[in-house]
Amino acid sequence: MNLRHILMTGSFLVAASATASMAADCGITEGRLSIIGNEFPAIQTVARNAQDCAGLSEAKANLTADHQKINLAGMQGNPAEYTTAIVANSSIVALVNEDVIRPLDDLVAAFGQDIPKNQLITINGQVMAVAFMANAQHLVYRKDILEQIGMEPPKTYEDMLAAAEKIRAEGILEYPLGGAYMAGWNLAQEFVNMYIGHGGEFYEPGTAQVSINNPAGVATLEMLKSLSAYMNPDYLTHDSNATSAEWEAGNVALMNMWGSRTGVLMDAEGSTPEVYENTTVGGPMTVAGGNSPASTLWWDGWTVAKNISDADAEATFKAMKHGISPAILNDETMGQAVWMIEGYQPAPVNEGVFSAISMQTTPYPMLPHHGLLHTALGDNIADFLQGKESAEQALSDIEDAYMTAAREKGFVN
Amino acid sequence: MKHSAFFWFVLPSAVAMLLFIFFPIVSVVVQSLHAAHEQVIIEVENCGPFGCTKATAIDQEATAALREEQPLGRFAGLEIYKDRNHLATAQIGPLWEQSTSIGDFIGKLMNLPFYKALGFTLTFTFVVTPLTIIFGFIIAVAVNSAARAIRGPLIFFSLLPMMVTPLIGSLILFWMVDARGILGTALRWLADDPSLSVKADTGLMWAMLMVYGVWHSAPFAFIVYYAGLQTVNTDTLEAARIDGASRWQQIRHVLIPHLLPLTTFIALMQLMDNFRVFEPIVSFNASAHATSLSWAIYNDLGGETQQLSSAAATSVLTIIGVAILLSPVLIRTYRDYGKAA
Repeated sequence: MNLRHILMTGSFLVAASATASMAADCGITEGRLSIIGNEFPAIQTVARNAQDCAGLSEAKANLTADHQKINLAGMQGNPAEYTTAIVANSSIVALVNEDVIRPLDDLVAAFGQDIPKNQLITINGQVMAVAFMANAQHLVYRKDILEQIGMEPPKTYEDMLAAAEKIRAEGILEYPLGGAYMAGWNLAQEFVNMYIGHGGEFYEPGTAQVSINNPAGVATLEMLKSLSAYMNPDYLTHDSNATSAEWEAGNVALMNMWGSRTGVLMDAEGSTPEVYENTTVGGPMTVAGGNSPASTLWWDGWTVAKNISDADAEATFKAMKHGISPAILNDETMGQAVWMIEGYQPAPVNEGVFSAISMQTTPYPMLPHHGLLHTALGDNIADFLQGKESAEQALSDIEDAYMTAAREKGFVN
Repeated sequence: MKHSAFFWFVLPSAVAMLLFIFFPIVSVVVQSLHAAHEQVIIEVENCGPFGCTKATAIDQEATAALREEQPLGRFAGLEIYKDRNHLATAQIGPLWEQSTSIGDFIGKLMNLPFYKALGFTLTFTFVVTPLTIIFGFIIAVAVNSAARAIRGPLIFFSLLPMMVTPLIGSLILFWMVDARGILGTALRWLADDPSLSVKADTGLMWAMLMVYGVWHSAPFAFIVYYAGLQTVNTDTLEAARIDGASRWQQIRHVLIPHLLPLTTFIALMQLMDNFRVFEPIVSFNASAHATSLSWAIYNDLGGETQQLSSAAATSVLTIIGVAILLSPVLIRTYRDYGKAA
């Protein structure tokens, strides 16, 4: 009897403390919220605030770097496991292709009149997502080391190579450059950046026929290889997390890195004052005399699953809207991203993404077949970087691998 | 055993095998013979925070109608098996004609994703399996001849590599062989080469993956052999000793013949396991240097656009590969049983 009593009190205490922190009133009376999304500080903030809404019958979030491996499977069931997926302009395509997210026009009309128009992502005239932050890759540099060699922060990749050479020649760092060059998605992303910087077009106009085996493609690969010569020899195993760790260890002086990850590099955790006090962001770099930066613009936003009840969709919409409301901004969350939220004040850490926007960086292509090219790129560039084959051979392998996959998926005949 | 008793006895496992092994394989085979519908593409305008762009999208209504008609997709027959990302039947001929020598041909063949994966998978299987058996046997004999008092702890520590989850075990090794890790630094010192990096060199990466493979599965061979050693007839051993057999001769003429049936069993299990090598490649971030058939399946399913049919075709080819690998051992076992009966 006593045991039962203690257990009851305990569960009441837990319930009470849970409701105490879940006090946010989002106008929800019923319905569930289940979030799937990537894992970085800004998304954690959004998910936490959305989960704080009162009245949800269930509120959970699964935030993981592997989100795009599971979001589709988790939304194809009926009812879907995830009521919302936090996506970016590349990963929304896979969900739109498979028709697992619902148009939001009716929900926006009923409950979202106050969401600014520029946050609404429309595809063919229908609102499919609500963006809450912008992201881009841009230069991150060590102020002290550039001062030591007497050079300005590089504006082009050619300048970056020159600075790297000088840092190495003066014996400051053996591998002065960093970059998320892990074979697979990350390496493919670097190719996409650099190819756009070279003014390349991925497809023959108006078709899904790939066309990258051209001088721009060769120049892109050559530049990636020149850069990799100044990176830690293990660069093909370094993703964004490992590259950030290298940075915090003070082993890198210059790198092209995601805006959403620079906050972690500049805080006092995980590094020495020498490193984090001198970590500075610059704009994205151009290459080969081009005007458009060798980078891509990204938005992160949330969607609502198609295979869920109207009550769940309404609750999810309201909760996620609360998750990106001005109320979530405070001293801690302000610098986590370039928020598209009213009341947001840019911090120095966000300057890189702002200059990416003002330099009119190309947004990452939102094409239904581009994911297949990204995969083919990620699988075939490493052979060239390791000197196993020529640039032309690597590009032709990429084209063949993509065309085979595109044929299987019905994008080309 | 009566026929009806036998029937009821095996029924639960037969049903489970049908449900969890046979039907999934059938579904994979069916999937591999179908490709996605031809996509109905429409021109659209996408708008967002960075302005509007002209792009394309899939016409969902038209696609829904197509799906309704043929839920499995378009029947493709063996098309996917034959395409460049699998058996590449159309590409091999020209490669052969262009090649100047067998070595050159093999080099070119390894540029095709399926053969590249197969190349590593087979090398891994045929290096790791015998080494596992040899090391397992040596450990078993060594532990068996240790003093009784320390045998318990010895067995426990010898089994540890098998108990550690493969992903975690390989991650631990991954950080140890890092250029700044304990093993990586030791290797640099031994080779007297300050730029040596296991993760940057294809040959070393292959060696590392195989070392991991042996480390992880030797305990399995060990424990099976150790159990076998407990059943060795001590009279025979004693007789051999009285006849003046050396320790090596005892092992060679008494222990090894006694443990031979177990070797068949271990080889069977290890061939199957090693042919499915996967976790170390993911943990070591080794895909730039080595890919395996299982990794290819994972890669097809892990991209932003999932390639289910491609993954299904690779799965079927993996099953066929396992069947081919096991056939000599299975035939041998069948013959042995035939003799016994």
